[in-house]
Amino acid sequence: MMNNAALTDLIIKMADDELIQGHRNSEWTGLGPVMEEDIAFSSMAQDKIGHAWALYRILHEDLGGKHPDTFAFLRPEKEFKSSHLVEMPNGEYDFSLMRHFLFDLAEAIRYESLQDSSYEPFRLLSKKVKGELKYHTLHANAWIMQLSRAGEESYDRMQQALNQTIALAAGIFEPSQHYEEALIDDKVYPGEKELYHRWLDRIYPVLVKASLNLPEMSAIVPVYGGRHGLHTPHLQPLLKEMSEVFNLDAEASW
Amino acid sequence: MSSQTITIAAVYASLEHVMDPEIPVLSVVDLGMITGVELGEAAVHIKMIPTFAACPAVSYIRHNIKTVLESELGIAVSVEVDKQEHWHSNRMTPAAKEKLKAFGIAPPKVLSGEVSTEIMMEVPCPHCGSEQTYLRSPFGSTLCRAIHFCKACGQVFEQFKPLE
Repeated sequence: MMNNAALTDLIIKMADDELIQGHRNSEWTGLGPVMEEDIAFSSMAQDKIGHAWALYRILHEDLGGKHPDTFAFLRPEKEFKSSHLVEMPNGEYDFSLMRHFLFDLAEAIRYESLQDSSYEPFRLLSKKVKGELKYHTLHANAWIMQLSRAGEESYDRMQQALNQTIALAAGIFEPSQHYEEALIDDKVYPGEKELYHRWLDRIYPVLVKASLNLPEMSAIVPVYGGRHGLHTPHLQPLLKEMSEVFNLDAEASW
Repeated sequence: MSSQTITIAAVYASLEHVMDPEIPVLSVVDLGMITGVELGEAAVHIKMIPTFAACPAVSYIRHNIKTVLESELGIAVSVEVDKQEHWHSNRMTPAAKEKLKAFGIAPPKVLSGEVSTEIMMEVPCPHCGSEQTYLRSPFGSTLCRAIHFCKACGQVFEQFKPLE
């Protein structure tokens, strides 16, 4: 018998990361540095929000949760479980690209691991998401490489973006306070600690090719808190903007 | 008409008339979006899958399947999104790939394993057929398309992306 509270906790944090990162990606729409990048971030926004929706739908249909729209748009900030990484404002393009690289490789690892999940909805969804994520990681890897080789200023900025982002990105893998062991024992997923190590193995070769230096990870303090409702000051304004249209008439049919 | 007198073949023939709103030369059958047709007592039951998870056209396509089939076959139709199956680009028929090319969009190459950087390179140009092309961006005007550039004819073109 699956532990529904544990599953719910895991699904909410995954979905909220997708939703908030999706919203941040959408903020590049119309503002991308070149047309292709404008389109790329807009497309990735659409994919991410679609993946969030699919996860909220599992909550709704399998675990007695609310309708995906209601759940996404009408929850108070403290009930969100998104990581601090995705809450951060877009900043300059170097920051956005580095976050995209670190976040999407983490997602790729996570969905690959869910192919072996004991929870069937995860197995079915992960096949779909894993294939789509290929294009996100392909895009991220290409730009990390390209900009790190584009001269001194460009290289310095990419290295600085990495230094700024790495502790936030390590915070994606904050273990659940109550459910980590149950989820691992039930073979729902391999656990945050294991995913973190797989993620380091995946980002490292790309960083080496780009001649970027991964900071000494044992000296990094991962930025935790998001998974249990403690957020940066950036989340609340984002939620307000994201749900503005929905809240004009929450009962409207689209 | 009751469903007893309707054949599976007739249902598929009718489904050929339901076109993709983003690529109007391809039907839902061409795209490989149909995963099942069942003839019930008083209704036809269709199972379908979206190409990409976040495809905004899914509910529109579902609605179109229902209205087109109901008007052509004169029987109630229900359409359900199949959660057991997932769409991949090898589901697209060879005929569909020809139609896509004629429409000006390069078809996805046949996948024998996972999507790689290599499979996105040297995609034949749908305008002049040259393989002197490069990938400009893995994202295009819709979720299912990538943007390429043809060095031979100097034109940008779109490709329907291969998907695992």
